[in-house]
Amino acid sequence: MSTTTEAPDTAAAAKPKLKTSAMIASFADPGQKTSSAPFGHALVKAAQENDKIVGLTADLGKYTDMHIFAKAFPERFFQMGMAEQLLFGAAAGLAESGLVPFASTYSVFAARRAYDFLCLDAAEPDLNVNIVGGLPGLTTGYGPSHQATEDMAIFRGMPNLTIVDPCDSVDIEQAVPQLAASEGPTYLRLLRGNVPTVLDEYGYTFELGKAKVLRGGNDVVFISSGLMTMRALQAANALEAHNVDVAVVHTPTIKPFDAETVLREVNTDRLAVTLENHSVVGGLFETVASAVVTAGLGKRVVPVALPDQFLDAGALPTLHDRYGLAVDRIVAKVLAELG
Amino acid sequence: MPTDTVQDTALQTAVTQERVDKISAAAYRIRHHALNMGEVQGQGYVGQALGAADMLATVYGDQLRFRAEDPHWEARDRFLLSTGHYAIGHYAALAEAGIVPVEELETYGSDNSRLPMSGMSTYTPGMEISGGSLGHGLTIAVGMALGLRYQGSGARVFNFLSDGELDEGSTWEAAMGAHHHQLGNLTAMVDINALQADGKTDTVLRTEPVTEKWESFGWYTQRVDGNDVAALLAAFDNAASQAAAVGRPSVILCDTKVGRGVPLLENREKAHFMRIEENEWQICREQLTAGYEGKASA
Repeated sequence: MSTTTEAPDTAAAAKPKLKTSAMIASFADPGQKTSSAPFGHALVKAAQENDKIVGLTADLGKYTDMHIFAKAFPERFFQMGMAEQLLFGAAAGLAESGLVPFASTYSVFAARRAYDFLCLDAAEPDLNVNIVGGLPGLTTGYGPSHQATEDMAIFRGMPNLTIVDPCDSVDIEQAVPQLAASEGPTYLRLLRGNVPTVLDEYGYTFELGKAKVLRGGNDVVFISSGLMTMRALQAANALEAHNVDVAVVHTPTIKPFDAETVLREVNTDRLAVTLENHSVVGGLFETVASAVVTAGLGKRVVPVALPDQFLDAGALPTLHDRYGLAVDRIVAKVLAELG
Repeated sequence: MPTDTVQDTALQTAVTQERVDKISAAAYRIRHHALNMGEVQGQGYVGQALGAADMLATVYGDQLRFRAEDPHWEARDRFLLSTGHYAIGHYAALAEAGIVPVEELETYGSDNSRLPMSGMSTYTPGMEISGGSLGHGLTIAVGMALGLRYQGSGARVFNFLSDGELDEGSTWEAAMGAHHHQLGNLTAMVDINALQADGKTDTVLRTEPVTEKWESFGWYTQRVDGNDVAALLAAFDNAASQAAAVGRPSVILCDTKVGRGVPLLENREKAHFMRIEENEWQICREQLTAGYEGKASA
């Protein structure tokens, strides 16, 4: 290359490279196996087998992988505009007419903005309305306007609602037809774009309402949901180097909760740790804690979760490290707990 | 077709005296039922029921296609009561339609009744949605109209809402959505009694000019005296012939009078939740009957 290109390169090198907070930041590790838009493709596949399935969105089709469905079934897709109350009221109306709607937006808008519509129009009449919420927990660096850090806390109090927090593309692909087949309303914490493929290596199948033991271990048991199951598996591998043997139990269905499986795993003398991409208030940790107390177990449970505060804006890896969701932070916490 | 199916009268074009008389008689009975239900409770949304009785009588007696013995009949037209507290009037209309037994009306608002104070779909046959959280009905109606049309159904969707619900942003989200999706199978009926919980509508949150708002949202808009049965019938006929076929949603804005048909209540200071003394119920019924019979014989 000629010297004319060297000057700008040199100038760029003089400045430290900034980490940016892209709207849809991927949490996949470099080189990790991923699957593109698993939700969109799974919905298309389910719709090929069930002609009652329809899709709708509130001006976020491209950002919730709903565009895949819209392209495959334009006559079964309804764009509702940036109007979330209408989105979910209309989803209830579609269900009342005998259809099976999947309605997508960001989790913050579903949980915070349209709660009343979901609660009274979909959940109270127990309709098959399937809420698809993008950017659950801390999966964007845009700050509290987009980070649904308390979506499960909000939704867990809603009677009749099934809540699913998938780990990866395997979970999503297998969950979608089961959500369509389940009669009442559901909420899926969507992972979109290039979603890691992790659970295929564990002989795993998604079953609505069931927790699964992904690996056994004698010293520690991780109870995890969502993308934190991926981190839990990575942390378990890393802890092997410290001679710590870790079991991982994945519980993608938060409600109804598979207390039987989880309590069987928690009720041992191993260190019990919950891991979730959600506030420490009202999510997986408190779900496990209430199950433990209700069963009368005098068992300590350590949470790995987001703090009860509004989180910073920034690059996702920075934020996951800052708030304790990064693998290194999990490893350090476990080692500290074990003393 | 079962004998108790209401005839398909939607495409009638002439507002005959026969139609007017039939609906007026139904409206009278709906008002009478509402007074009886109100007396059991000692209070309630009687003023609204009396005001909306003509709208309810017209839609149930002249427009809706349904089967009284099969409230879930797939091809039925849907009537969505958004204003849950108008349930007292709706129950009276359901009794008039033969969907709820008249003798059950006296259980209104009581423990274990199928007729709760605020209308809920899970309690009452013929109640399509659970209203009460205002501003929901039209959003559900949009989805229902979309879903029915997509499935090739000719059923129509009617949403009854109040002028107070025009305060809610969701009503206008739905108004935009219905126009965008060209829902000619959707008709909204707005009861404009100019009264809401905290007082007169123009002192709580000014919603006028209401007609221009709906027109600007792309709806086929008519404003009528909601206590004039002939005007209501003509409005429904116009909506069917002018808007439905071209995929335009219709709204019928109905100016009504709280307490209509009972001078004692018409002239009382207007209140969202009207208090009626024990000895006044019989006076109300007598005034209602005198007014109806006077008009019928005039």
